[in-house]
Amino acid sequence: MSWKKALIPLAALPLIGLLAYGFTTDPRAIPSPLIKKPAPPFTMTVYDGGPLDLEGLRGKVVLLNFWASWCFPACYEEAPELERAWRAYRDRGLVVVGVDIQDTEAAGRQFIDQFKLTFANGPDPGGKIAIDYGVYGVPETFVIDRQGVIAHKQVGGVTDQMVAEQVEPLLKP
Amino acid sequence: MRSPASRVPRPASAIRSGGLRVWGVLCLLAAAVALAGAAAPAPQAPQDLEEQVREIAAQLRCPVCQNLSVGDSPSGLANEMRGVIREKLKAGESRQQIEAYFTSKYGEWILLAPMKKGFNLLAWGLPFVGIVAGAFAVVFLTRRWAGREGATDGGGGEGVPPANPEDAAYRERLRRELDEFAR
Repeated sequence: MSWKKALIPLAALPLIGLLAYGFTTDPRAIPSPLIKKPAPPFTMTVYDGGPLDLEGLRGKVVLLNFWASWCFPACYEEAPELERAWRAYRDRGLVVVGVDIQDTEAAGRQFIDQFKLTFANGPDPGGKIAIDYGVYGVPETFVIDRQGVIAHKQVGGVTDQMVAEQVEPLLKP
Repeated sequence: MRSPASRVPRPASAIRSGGLRVWGVLCLLAAAVALAGAAAPAPQAPQDLEEQVREIAAQLRCPVCQNLSVGDSPSGLANEMRGVIREKLKAGESRQQIEAYFTSKYGEWILLAPMKKGFNLLAWGLPFVGIVAGAFAVVFLTRRWAGREGATDGGGGEGVPPANPEDAAYRERLRRELDEFAR
C-alpha cells in the first residue's frame, strides 16, 4: 500500500519540475529574435536636416541607439559614452546613429545640445523604426556589423565595457 | 422531526446509482463547456477598421507594461503599435500577417495566448487533462469511501446495508423505539 501512497508526490514531480524551470527564467527579459538577422532597413530625417539611409552605411559598423529625452537617468548616463565611442572609433569605420523615440523635437534637440552630441540623431514619428526593431524600452542599442547583420542587442545603457566587448572586435578589418 | 421512513437503509443499488449521478453531472458539465465553446462569437465578415485594430491589439502584449494588452495600454509605445496595426490593415494585410510581423520583431513573447504548437500545447491541453483526471479521482474516491464505510462500521451509515444480523437487530430495535417516540 505504501508504494501507492508514494505515487502521489511522484505525480507532482513533473509539475514541480515545470515550476522550477519557470522560476529560472526572467519574465521581464525579452529575447530579441533579430540577433544574427539582417538589420531592418529604414530612412530617417536627422535633426540637422539631412536624410539618413541605413543601407548607405553598409560596410561600416553601426551602433544604432534608441533613446528619449524623458529616459532618465539611463539615457543621460550613456549619452557621453556614445559620444566617446563615436569619437574613438569613427576613423576605424564606426557610425553611431541615435533614434529619438516618443519625444518632442524641442526636448530631443535640447538633449543633443546638453551633451554636445556630434553623431547623427533623428526622430522616429509613429515609432515605426523602434517597432521594426522590436524596441520595448529606452535605452536599447543594436550593434550592426559591416554586412548589415545585427550582432548584438544591448538592453540598458551603453558602457565602455560593452563597446570594447561587442563593437571593437567587429571593427577589425 | 424527520419521518422515520427516511432512516430505512437504502438498497445497495443506491451506491451504484450515486456513481451514475456523478457521471450524469460530469456529462452535463462537459456539454455546458462544449456549448459555451460553440456559442463563442463567429468572426463576422464586414468590420470597420478601428474594430479590427482593437481586436488585433487585444491579442498583443504591451512591451512596456507587460501585463496589459496593446489594446488596453495607454502607453506611448502601445499607441504607436496601434498606429502600425492600422496602417498595415489599410495596406491590406491580414490579421495573421500582422501578428506574424510583431512576432518576428518581438518574439512569441508578444502574443498574449501562446501558439498552439510544440511545448506550448501543454498549456492548452493540461487544464483539460486535469479536469478529466479530477473527475475520475472524484468518482473513484467517492465509490471507495462509500464501500469502506460499509465494511468498517457494519452498515452504520445511512444508505448502507447492515453487514451482519446482529447489527440488523439493533437497527430494527432502534427504529421501533423511534417509531414509538414519534407517536
